[in-house]
Amino acid sequence: MNPVATPFFFYGLSAVAVLSAVAVIMRRNPVHSAIALIFTLLSLAGLYLMLYAPFVAGVQIILYVGGIVVLFLFVIMLINIDRMQREYQFNKQWLVALLAAALLGALFVAVYVKGQAIFPHNAVRFPEQLNTQQVGRMLYVDYLLPFEIASLLLLVAIVGAVVMAKKRI
Amino acid sequence: MTEFLNYLSSNVTPGQTGAYLWVTIYILIIFAVASVAVMAMTWLERKILAHMQVRLGPMRVGPHGLLQPIADAVKLLIKEDIIPEGADKLVFWMAPVVVVITAFTTYIVIPFGPTHAVTDMNIGILFMLGVASLGTLGIIMAGWASNSHYPLLGSLRSSAQMVSYEVAMGMAVVSAVLMTSLTGAGAYGIGATAANSIGTLSMIGIVEAQMNQHVWFIFKFFPLGFAAFGIFAIAMVAETNRAPFDLPEAESELTAGFHTEYSGFRWSLFFMAEYAAMIAVASIAVTLWLGGWLRPFPHWLSGDPWDTAFSFFPALTFFVLAGMSFRATIRMPKHPYFKIQKTGLGIFGLILGAIGLVLLVPPVRDRIQDIYWFTIKVAAFMYLYIWYRGTFPRYRFDQLMKLGWKFMIPAGIGVLIATALVGVL
Repeated sequence: MNPVATPFFFYGLSAVAVLSAVAVIMRRNPVHSAIALIFTLLSLAGLYLMLYAPFVAGVQIILYVGGIVVLFLFVIMLINIDRMQREYQFNKQWLVALLAAALLGALFVAVYVKGQAIFPHNAVRFPEQLNTQQVGRMLYVDYLLPFEIASLLLLVAIVGAVVMAKKRI
Repeated sequence: MTEFLNYLSSNVTPGQTGAYLWVTIYILIIFAVASVAVMAMTWLERKILAHMQVRLGPMRVGPHGLLQPIADAVKLLIKEDIIPEGADKLVFWMAPVVVVITAFTTYIVIPFGPTHAVTDMNIGILFMLGVASLGTLGIIMAGWASNSHYPLLGSLRSSAQMVSYEVAMGMAVVSAVLMTSLTGAGAYGIGATAANSIGTLSMIGIVEAQMNQHVWFIFKFFPLGFAAFGIFAIAMVAETNRAPFDLPEAESELTAGFHTEYSGFRWSLFFMAEYAAMIAVASIAVTLWLGGWLRPFPHWLSGDPWDTAFSFFPALTFFVLAGMSFRATIRMPKHPYFKIQKTGLGIFGLILGAIGLVLLVPPVRDRIQDIYWFTIKVAAFMYLYIWYRGTFPRYRFDQLMKLGWKFMIPAGIGVLIATALVGVL
């Protein structure tokens, strides 16, 4: 089935993503920020779907929205929000911020000027029906060793978190 | 219009052909039927619980309380809608909406039949679990926005419970997904060929794998499929916050948990979402382990006479229901006070009988079967939910967490590894 109204959905999802990302840093109330973050992540999942990557979109929803943001909210609910709202919201690091913003702006301009030329044209496009299967084949056949090394790193991080959080083991 | 009619003879879901009109119709039908099913469930739950406790249950509104759900709905709609003084209004308003939307969004991939789903996705089961996990967000938002102690504690409990049981649930689901591709040497590990040895996450694909392998996954690799199903069946009760794991709403400790401050229509949205989520999770269990829309013994009792015999079941069910209401009509007291109720129940029985007669017409009979077998399996799960609630005492929170983390998750990982081992041996 061919996609319909592609530009409409692309611009719609991008607008939601950008606006709610701005809301994440602008809102004084951290719970509102976390909820805005959910909208950013959900619209990113929509953009992944538009790129014919349903598996990545599903994992984005399960891991980031269903897992990580839930834990964010969980922690934020235990903080005294009244005190936090009176604190000064921004760090005084305008020099670094200016530099980063300038670099990002330059990147945007470069992409806009060069246009399509910088993106690969003949990338292999897998059929949508077999997306998950292709991801599985990549991870467990073609790139098995790097994948296992990454999982070992994650295990070390989990054990480290437990050791640091628990006084008596 | 031609596109509209062409779809009638196609053999894929409307979402895949891109027949948008049919997609809309399917969504409307599913939404309507699910809402009616939720209303029926509230009546059934009160009735069955009452009979388990040797009470009568609702008897006043309509014959045998049949109109009670409508009375409840009207009461909830005209109740005053209160937003607490210190509440965060925006989040308070958003929470029930989020819960309802997530509960109903999962319905678009539920396969009621080979063609009777809104759409078939490559990531079907992943989509369902992901969207269902968004429901937790709504509960956290509700508890926090109420700006009150009981809801906050209730939502903390609820989210902790849902996050921990999601892991065990995921392990059980992965072991069922593994079975879609593995042949294996275990008992009942039959039927997969090299041609269909690619696994799948699509809900329709999972049921088709069970059809091609001639086995429901609950029986495949005998103790393993059953163990995975058992883990899922426990986790799904915890996931929907139902008894005996209904700690978020433990009324003796937390009044009503995360929805203490909600009233009227907003509260009814939470209520509706809970029942819709129960149906959605039960249909995951039916799709993954109980053969989805497949009728019992499609291969052992195959052939034309058996097909015809099994196709009479939908009509038979409605005739039994009609018979039950006629029996209740006859047993009504003779007093003139019961005259209206008696006629009402008689007419209800006649309507049920008429539906049964319509289901006897051959074209309808053939097309309704998939939906019937799926629905009857889900209905069995709904009865189990009520049965649990009538039978088990509520768990304590530390017992719940201990069960989740120290038994369910290790057991889930064990079953997953054992399934993979048996499959490749």
